Amino acid sequence: MEKTMNLTLKVWRQTSANAKGHFETYKVENISGDSSFLEMMDILSEQLVEAGKEPVAFDHDCREGICGMCSMTINGIPHGPEKATTTCQLHMRHFHDGQTITIEPFRAKPFPVLKDLMVDRSAFDRIIQSGGFITARAGSGVDANAIPIPKKTADYAMDAAACIGCGACVAACPNASAMLFTGAKVSHMNSLPQGKAEKHRRALAMVTTMDGEGFGGCTNIGECEAACPKSISLDMIAQLNRDYATAQVKNFFQPVS
Amino acid sequence: MNLDSKIPEGPLAEKWSSHKFNMKLVNPANRRKYHVIVVGSGLAGGAAAASLAEQGYKVSCFCYQDSPRRAHSIAAQGGINAAKNYQNDGDSVQRLFYDTVKGGDYRSREANVYRLAEVSADIIDQCVANGVPFAREYGGLLANRSFGGAQVSRTFYARGQTGQQLLLGAYAALSRQIGLGNVKMHNRHELLDVVKVEGHAKGIIVRNMVSGEVSRHAGDCVVLATGGYGNVFFLSTNAQGCNVTAAYRAHKRGAGFANPCYTQIHPTCIPVHGDKQSKLTLMSESLRNDGRVWTPMDAETAKQIREGRLDPNQLPEADRDYFLERKYPSFGNLAPRDISSRAAKEACDEGRGVAATGLGVFLDFRDAIKRDGQKAIEERYGNLFEMYRCITGDNPYETPMMIFPAVHYTMGGLWVDYNLESTIPGMFVGGEANFSDHGANRLGASALMQGLADGYFVLPYTVGNYLGEQGVAAAGKVTTDHPAFAEVEADVKARINKLLSINGTETPRSFHKRLGQIIWNQCGMARSKEGLEGAIRDLQELRKEFWSNLKVVGGADGINPELERAGRVADFIEFGELMCRDALMREESCGGHFRVEHQTEEGEALRDDENYAFVGVWEYLGDDVEPNLHKEPLIYENVKLATRSYK
Repeated sequence: MEKTMNLTLKVWRQTSANAKGHFETYKVENISGDSSFLEMMDILSEQLVEAGKEPVAFDHDCREGICGMCSMTINGIPHGPEKATTTCQLHMRHFHDGQTITIEPFRAKPFPVLKDLMVDRSAFDRIIQSGGFITARAGSGVDANAIPIPKKTADYAMDAAACIGCGACVAACPNASAMLFTGAKVSHMNSLPQGKAEKHRRALAMVTTMDGEGFGGCTNIGECEAACPKSISLDMIAQLNRDYATAQVKNFFQPVS
Repeated sequence: MNLDSKIPEGPLAEKWSSHKFNMKLVNPANRRKYHVIVVGSGLAGGAAAASLAEQGYKVSCFCYQDSPRRAHSIAAQGGINAAKNYQNDGDSVQRLFYDTVKGGDYRSREANVYRLAEVSADIIDQCVANGVPFAREYGGLLANRSFGGAQVSRTFYARGQTGQQLLLGAYAALSRQIGLGNVKMHNRHELLDVVKVEGHAKGIIVRNMVSGEVSRHAGDCVVLATGGYGNVFFLSTNAQGCNVTAAYRAHKRGAGFANPCYTQIHPTCIPVHGDKQSKLTLMSESLRNDGRVWTPMDAETAKQIREGRLDPNQLPEADRDYFLERKYPSFGNLAPRDISSRAAKEACDEGRGVAATGLGVFLDFRDAIKRDGQKAIEERYGNLFEMYRCITGDNPYETPMMIFPAVHYTMGGLWVDYNLESTIPGMFVGGEANFSDHGANRLGASALMQGLADGYFVLPYTVGNYLGEQGVAAAGKVTTDHPAFAEVEADVKARINKLLSINGTETPRSFHKRLGQIIWNQCGMARSKEGLEGAIRDLQELRKEFWSNLKVVGGADGINPELERAGRVADFIEFGELMCRDALMREESCGGHFRVEHQTEEGEALRDDENYAFVGVWEYLGDDVEPNLHKEPLIYENVKLATRSYK
């Protein structure tokens, strides 16, 4: 038979956005190594519900590592200790019997806690709304093969576009900077020929919104890249800095938008 | 129930263009006077909301996730079909149309499918314009791969995350419209009912999943793009939040539900590991381009493998049964999903299954790695292999993957006419939530195509036509002050209070699991009269128990995941009964619907075109009243009905 484990969980509980939070300690038993972290949380929730207590609220949806909805800081690391893994894809075989696990929400000022482990990440949406798009109304596209895009460029754009918008980069950063998230989107769109027309406008608008939302600046620590479940590279931040600087210079001489 | 499909006159290839010409237009200056409600922000909903707003309509869009970018379209891996014929291998609109009708086992509507194939090429153009980073060749042109049920390479892809990239394209377009103030986005809101005024859909009642507040929203029409109902099985590849509530509530308000028994069991999922599991994970069908599906020839060898006494890599060629290649030599490992799933089930039923539970077959890349090198395989499927390793702890480069069928997609849905309008006037349904294009089985890489076709290129026209017909004088006339809103809102609140006040002992999740078990056993890959009749009785019993012994902790205010699940499970239980009734009614086997009484000597599905070439549409008559069946005959003028063969 497969081995199971008993664990002690220290979980952040907070009834609502304005309430004061605290850690509660729970025990879960007979957890299979093949269970995902969220399945372990389900077990805890069922246990609490059966005892008439409110379950731990946490965000989750696809449970296959792509929707970006799950969050949680596990033992101090957003999405937990495994590299390039979302919480929903983190399996319990990476923990051991008797271990104590601390579970907190993603902590960052622009991501206020809604309840327990759930946070509000709508600031990311607002960054995209300000410029993270290519203006091309439905029906206005030219034939898809009309503009050849070198494989290298397409691959780079894809590397950048792999971001799932989970916010781990912000939660990992001591400055709560959203440079990796914003850099990924800017790099994705600015590197493609279709995205060039709005390149400067995009960089300026997105950075302005990012700053306005209260995200901190980047001081080249690199925690974001380490925590990113999709291994988005720090190069994206370099490209954002480049594009933003160029845009500012251009904007100085002639407004770009 | 009026089932006029409104298929335009004229030759198949001209129907859509002539219909577009005949539809009413709304003057650009008048469009802003209309308010369109879109529920769902996936490929169909997100693209429709963005496109309608681009045209100038005022749009409100609702989703239950914390951001429209997270809709479950995001999880599609493999690709999107389009009749571009970039590979010069004989593809055409006609062929994509034909493949889709045949793939659907001749249970879909010709005119809708033709339109889907026709607009498929525009979708790729639009996505590229929006910045979707599709895979490309060194020359800079788009790459393609093949998918199940087709003999041409027409699938466009973005690594193993095509759904995510397409959704991010639609999300970007939607975000632009939100930023411009043309779309009001309501995240973390769940639809709980639909409001009709004088027979037309004019609004919705939603619950704010953060504050718990129940609110009314009025519009000139409503678009539902709320996805499929695969979670009725409890375990499926759907996201945790996917539910049937929006579609089922609309059904209870008068929308006919079509073919609910048509569900797709996808052959390549990671096998179940235990009873605490919350979801099943799909491995893209594209893996079958290079992976070979097999089990040991005999049950004894399979047992040794299951018990870890034999390494499958050591098994000589002669002892392996590559059953898809054996049974379907011309399509081989790329046989369509329904057929591949049944073949896997058959092998496991014979005791030849692998995985600890005996419910698994191998998907082996040994030969492909030998032929093309590990690097090439990594390039094609790297992230899928990584995902597999992460979930199972096994390295698929070294030991063959194990897969088993799992519920993945639902072809049934709300009945819609050619305009994607349901039997409730003014209520449009797009994407997986409608029934229209896939018949009894969906081919791989066609869901993304349909979602975006509906959202970018069909609904923006047909919704405009409806609004034009209503006339500009009617725009914005219905407000939330109308008594119909108060009435439905009161129903919604009463239901929430009822769920909270039962004070029983069993949790929503526990009921959900029990429901899933009944449906999987009796309305899954093999269905029988006896089993379905038993399931209907069991579900009625389960429903009674649910409403007398449910336990929901927490209250109506604020975030309450238990309450959310309870409401969804309540609808799933009722819906499950409808599914079983539909499966019981359909005395034939077609596509994903396999009735054990109706099979050929070789165990293949046996259709009955004489008696069952129709869409089964159910009309709701009351909670304890049997629903009424209506039939829309399927008339094939362009495709000759034939026994589907992939041999």
